[in-house]
Amino acid sequence: MTSTLDLGEADTAAADLAQARSQLRLVVAGSVDDGKSTLVGRLLYDTKSILADQYEAIEAASRRRGSDAVDLALLTDGLRAEREQGITIDVAYRYFSTPRRSFVLADTPGHTQYTRNTVTGASTAQAAIVLVDARQGVLPQTRRHLAVLGLLRVPHVVVAVNKMDLVGWDPAVFAAVTAQIDAAAAAVGLADVRSIPVSALTGQHVTPDHVTPEGELDAAGSWYAGPSLLECVEELDVSHDDADAPFRMPVQLVVRPRTPEHPDYRGLAGRVAAGTVRVGDRVTAWPSGLSSTVTGIDSPVGPLQVAVAGDSVTVLLADEIDAGRGQLLAPEDGPAPQVRAQLTGTACWLAERGSAPRQRVLVKAGTATVRGLLGPVEQVWDVDTSNWAPAMNAGAALNDIVRIGVTLAEPIAVDRYADSRWTGGALVIDPDSGATLAALMVGDPAPS
Amino acid sequence: MTLTTRPPTPGATRAADPTPPRSTIRALEAEAIEIIREVIAEFDRPALLFSGGKDSAVLLHLARKATAPAPVPLALLHVDTGHNLPEVLAFRDRIVAEGGHRLVVARVEEWIADGRLQERADGTRNPLQTVPLLDTIAAEKFDALLGGGRRDEDRARAKERIFSVRDGFGGWDPRRQRPELWRLYNGRHAPGEHARVFPLSNWTELDVWAYIAAEDVALPEIYYAHERDVWLRDGMWLTPGPWGAPRDGERLQRRTVRYRTVGDGSCTGAVDSQARTIAQVVAEVAASRLTERGATRADDRLSEAAMEDRKREGYF
Repeated sequence: MTSTLDLGEADTAAADLAQARSQLRLVVAGSVDDGKSTLVGRLLYDTKSILADQYEAIEAASRRRGSDAVDLALLTDGLRAEREQGITIDVAYRYFSTPRRSFVLADTPGHTQYTRNTVTGASTAQAAIVLVDARQGVLPQTRRHLAVLGLLRVPHVVVAVNKMDLVGWDPAVFAAVTAQIDAAAAAVGLADVRSIPVSALTGQHVTPDHVTPEGELDAAGSWYAGPSLLECVEELDVSHDDADAPFRMPVQLVVRPRTPEHPDYRGLAGRVAAGTVRVGDRVTAWPSGLSSTVTGIDSPVGPLQVAVAGDSVTVLLADEIDAGRGQLLAPEDGPAPQVRAQLTGTACWLAERGSAPRQRVLVKAGTATVRGLLGPVEQVWDVDTSNWAPAMNAGAALNDIVRIGVTLAEPIAVDRYADSRWTGGALVIDPDSGATLAALMVGDPAPS
Repeated sequence: MTLTTRPPTPGATRAADPTPPRSTIRALEAEAIEIIREVIAEFDRPALLFSGGKDSAVLLHLARKATAPAPVPLALLHVDTGHNLPEVLAFRDRIVAEGGHRLVVARVEEWIADGRLQERADGTRNPLQTVPLLDTIAAEKFDALLGGGRRDEDRARAKERIFSVRDGFGGWDPRRQRPELWRLYNGRHAPGEHARVFPLSNWTELDVWAYIAAEDVALPEIYYAHERDVWLRDGMWLTPGPWGAPRDGERLQRRTVRYRTVGDGSCTGAVDSQARTIAQVVAEVAASRLTERGATRADDRLSEAAMEDRKREGYF
């Protein structure tokens, strides 16, 4: 702790690197005992994201628990109860980076409340890693994870077929599991799915050219010539996933300084959810339906000519139209969002207490929060058959994935979730406790 | 090639990139500004926890951008242990004066003086901050506190939500956290409850420094290598002050050091460093083999669950 780093002349190289690399948000999901904590620990360890004091701490903790090997799972199990019970309770966020990319990894438990946590982790993910035990193949829980990733429309899925060392790296096993995965993924509408044979324990094909401290790589696995898991997520092209969609920006607040320096400044602050907006574009605020021309775009790095999905900006308009918080900006001549007082869609119920028909709720979509009344559950997703089944009960229970409607007190502007992840998702909130009850993915309007 | 990849949908057209992909720090900046704007829009009396440390300096920098060119509509709150380095307090006061902010200071010494708190045997005041923090939140009726906490700091923090609603006792119950979906943050709370909001949740120490470098964010000079009288205790360089001085067998010596974190002087150590510029600090952090808390915070070394326990009691 008292060593001094020798600082060379290439000081700025580290700063340049840290400032240049892009970011990818990942979710990792796996069934119980698939080795997920070991895989995550492996990614962190092999990218040198585990620092010496962290490693020493888990080394000591492993010894206290009577284990000779360092248990990388201890690194990610952050809560006392998790370490005591050897389980993961809650979504944990982990950070690792390579020279090309930095990664935010949502580690979701496959144990209890798996759907709730996987939905949470998947909602912000640009790509998913799903673990499958090569010896077990696709289990009901794997189907559930894939179904959730399909419902949440995670654009890219990488399946790590783990514990290949325990099946002697048999290519036939990998081929059979991959066929199962492809069938299960197709059933839930996942378009970009790839499989990689790995051993999280030894690190083989998790990271490139991995050599364990214990010795050599297992030559039996050398038939696999594709990219390692890490290379795969390093190279995923996500630049089009949001940017190619029609422009959307929920208005968070109106910036009006009314100071001597800026007496007339009036800007609409928000984060571009999808597409691009340029100075000179005609835009319409929904639900108000009023249009104006973009005269300027202010951003954290100064004025812009064009802002793209993901940017936090302040948009200046030619006219003082009614476009405050709760309005959704969209192109005047492009596809408009839907303005609806009746939402139907797919909901994942996240609360311990189930839903009731005519339950009073709040619905938060974009920056609008309105009162609503829940309808009865219409259909329930059967995870084993990947089919919708008629509802047996009018209410939804914890971890249920259901088709449900909600009647709103006033119309709001939304997109179909299939068209826009960031403006087609809504929270269902308990107005009394404030608890988040459900994640709602807006579907097509109900036929009238 | 055994990799199984489905080709993209035929006929799907892709527009050319209008701008290059945003770098990690610009993506993190956009996310943090979105979060700060949500707090300003949805809460009546939000405040920003400002210690003068690097994370709070970055947070304030982002808050200024979030509402620019309008002034920041947030009070600043500092829980003062009385064990601060004078350079940090001077920096705090300079930033407050320059920005015209309202600063609320909760002095731990006042709670000790009137008996609401007792000085600990080890002289450390970091754990004593919780009660003054909660009392001041109640007195000022703050309903949201923006903090610079990051998930990469500690295993328990890794489980923290960006919006974390606390009960009337400020307690954190990891099993009762709200699921956080998409970019929809739910800060709804009952009277007497408040939300802790962490816009830097997804930043790492290196991201913070890369951002400080990119934006030239002002910091107290103790973050850069300087000469200082220090003594070695528990593998950390401590500096003398109101919190204490070397004991028997500990020898004061002059060394070139810098701080990676700022906190209670009795348990926050400096590290040997020659990094005198931002770029040199970034290089040092990138090459470091120790976490900032492992290197410089005695209070987090106490047990595997030290941070979890403090958070459950209402700590930052």
